[in-house]
Amino acid sequence: MKQEKWLTEISPKTKLIDFNFKEVWQYRDLLLLFVKRDVITLYKQTILGPLWYLIQPLFTSIIFTLVFNNVAGIKTGGIPPFLFNLAGITIWNYFKECLVGTSDTFKKNEAIFGKVYFPRIIMPMSIVVSNLLKFGIQLLIFVVFYIYFIFNGHELMPNSSIVLLPVLIVFMGMLGLGLGMIISSMVTKYRDLTFLVSFGVQLLMYISLVVLPLSLFQEKGFEWAVAYNPMAYIIEAGRFLLLGEGTVSEFGIVYTVLVSIFVLLLGITIFNKTEKTFIDTI
Amino acid sequence: MKEQDVILKVENLSKQYRLGTLGTGTISHDLNRWWSAVRGKQDPYLKIGESNDRASKGTSEYVWALKDINFEVKRGEVLGIIGKNGAGKSTLLKILSKVTGPTTGNIKANGRIASLLEVGTGFHPEMTGKENVFLNGAILGMTKKEITSKLDEIVAFSGCERYIDTPVKRYSSGMKVRLAFAVAAFLEPDILIVDEVLAVGDAEFQKKAIGKMQDISSEGGRTVLFVSHNMAAVQNLCNRAIIMKNGRISAMGHTKTIIEEYLKDGNKVNEVLRDKNTFKHEFKSFIKSVHLIDPKTEQMKTSFRMGEDIGVIVNCYHMDILKDSGINVRMDSIEGVRLVAWRTKEFGINIPRKSELSVKLTIPHLNVFNGIYNLTFALVDGNEIVDYLESIVNIEVIPAKIDLFKKTINKTYNIMYSHCEWEFK
Repeated sequence: MKQEKWLTEISPKTKLIDFNFKEVWQYRDLLLLFVKRDVITLYKQTILGPLWYLIQPLFTSIIFTLVFNNVAGIKTGGIPPFLFNLAGITIWNYFKECLVGTSDTFKKNEAIFGKVYFPRIIMPMSIVVSNLLKFGIQLLIFVVFYIYFIFNGHELMPNSSIVLLPVLIVFMGMLGLGLGMIISSMVTKYRDLTFLVSFGVQLLMYISLVVLPLSLFQEKGFEWAVAYNPMAYIIEAGRFLLLGEGTVSEFGIVYTVLVSIFVLLLGITIFNKTEKTFIDTI
Repeated sequence: MKEQDVILKVENLSKQYRLGTLGTGTISHDLNRWWSAVRGKQDPYLKIGESNDRASKGTSEYVWALKDINFEVKRGEVLGIIGKNGAGKSTLLKILSKVTGPTTGNIKANGRIASLLEVGTGFHPEMTGKENVFLNGAILGMTKKEITSKLDEIVAFSGCERYIDTPVKRYSSGMKVRLAFAVAAFLEPDILIVDEVLAVGDAEFQKKAIGKMQDISSEGGRTVLFVSHNMAAVQNLCNRAIIMKNGRISAMGHTKTIIEEYLKDGNKVNEVLRDKNTFKHEFKSFIKSVHLIDPKTEQMKTSFRMGEDIGVIVNCYHMDILKDSGINVRMDSIEGVRLVAWRTKEFGINIPRKSELSVKLTIPHLNVFNGIYNLTFALVDGNEIVDYLESIVNIEVIPAKIDLFKKTINKTYNIMYSHCEWEFK
């Protein structure tokens, strides 16, 4: 009575890329339920609730406008500085939230990961998806201000290539997810990275063209500082789509797409390797 | 032939752990590993490593928590896994439930493996009971459709209908456990893993959990792996059992023989010590320790000859805060049959009001045949149970010649013997 067909097999051998898409698909309901959980529980027992989604980018934009544009006198071309900053921050926030949110996946979910199995990747994926909602709301507030500025006589032309915005978001999500998964995997062994992430993201923002336009970097001969940062291209492209101002180069597009795919694949690989044994090292 | 299907097959399974604190040397070891991998060599740290003996101090930093585990489980079988603390039982279950991966070897299974040990870990306090049922169900691997179709049953089984739309943070801990267990109970896996359910939850919950396990194996024809220290429960539930010792399987076979072997193997739990930190409340009366003695010499002892006097020492703490204290001791057979109980209240004994109390109970000439028995202890205040230690101490009764019988009588099918008179007309 030989029976050589097995439904489940557990073994230590890991193929380099061992992504079980079928299994993740089986758990798709869990992904949605995690998203639902994140959304409904985030601002429970706060007075302002979801308004916090709006307050944070607005106040950051106001301060940035005050400091960088009014005091330091940075020019933002034909666009009102406030709108320039708001666009940059809205896009940047999505990346930041994805990266920071996923970077402590293993540490934060130690209790549940230590007791029950489900494809671990569901957890970071749910964070990327639930941040999408937050991003949507923040984009809405941007649109409100956009319209406000048009009514106040600013010459702003909605760009027809705005339909490409979702593509941009997808690549940004991939980048954040991939990077977050790499970090979360390494945090299980080296806790030092937790500290690096919190201030590293802060620093990365300044070379990602969130507050300073690319033209300024070019003008001063510091183009190299942003030339290899895929986020810089994403922010610049995003601003181009939203405001019609910015430079989009072919190199930038190809480079960003390649880096995003590479980082995501690397992230999945490392994450899958870690998920089998992290409970022993954390 | 269907029953003969092998549903789970474990082959040469091993798991290595690194002892001590992680941190220093982690990078150097990782680099060393990586360098070996690059050259296509075996992991240098896999060669070293010792068997997992908790008590003896080893020389290596690496230890095998599991080493060359091989066994098969057939469909519908209930397999008991017993062994001392640290023998590798939980590690084995962790690998089976895919929480952690094995170092070498593999496991093959025909069906969904689920475990009952994680009841309630996925609960979010801010969400309502119903939302948590969905979330927890999905974490355990159910689809939304499955949960929706079973929702009414789950809620009814949990007995939390009234609170189902209330955030779980307002639930009592008992309600949380009920709800979580209800979700797990309707999971319907092919292979169910149960780890020490008896250690958590109240008596009612334990009964429910055991009952559900019995249903699953007998009615559903599904396979159960049961890990417990409660020999009576293992005896009642399992067809077959394995003993784990120092990360290896030391014996495998019929439950009854295995249990007797386990209890004889110097694994006898003869003294129980608990420290204060076990309890949340600082000023709770509790049983600090129990052990068996020879009543005459006061020496600690675990094996008694048939007919010999047995002494039991129970040490209790914070006894002065009880208004109407009582101590109950019960002896069960290994099958879980309740044989005899000694309760201070029934004997009309008043317990002195002291904070630290040591109780000596002498049982002269206990008329049971040879075999293994266990004792359960309870501390009561009026009708309320303050502390309860179930099947915590084993007594081994060894065969001996008794004056009552003309020759040595060994245990047959009876547990007890008794004086009697024969009359013929």
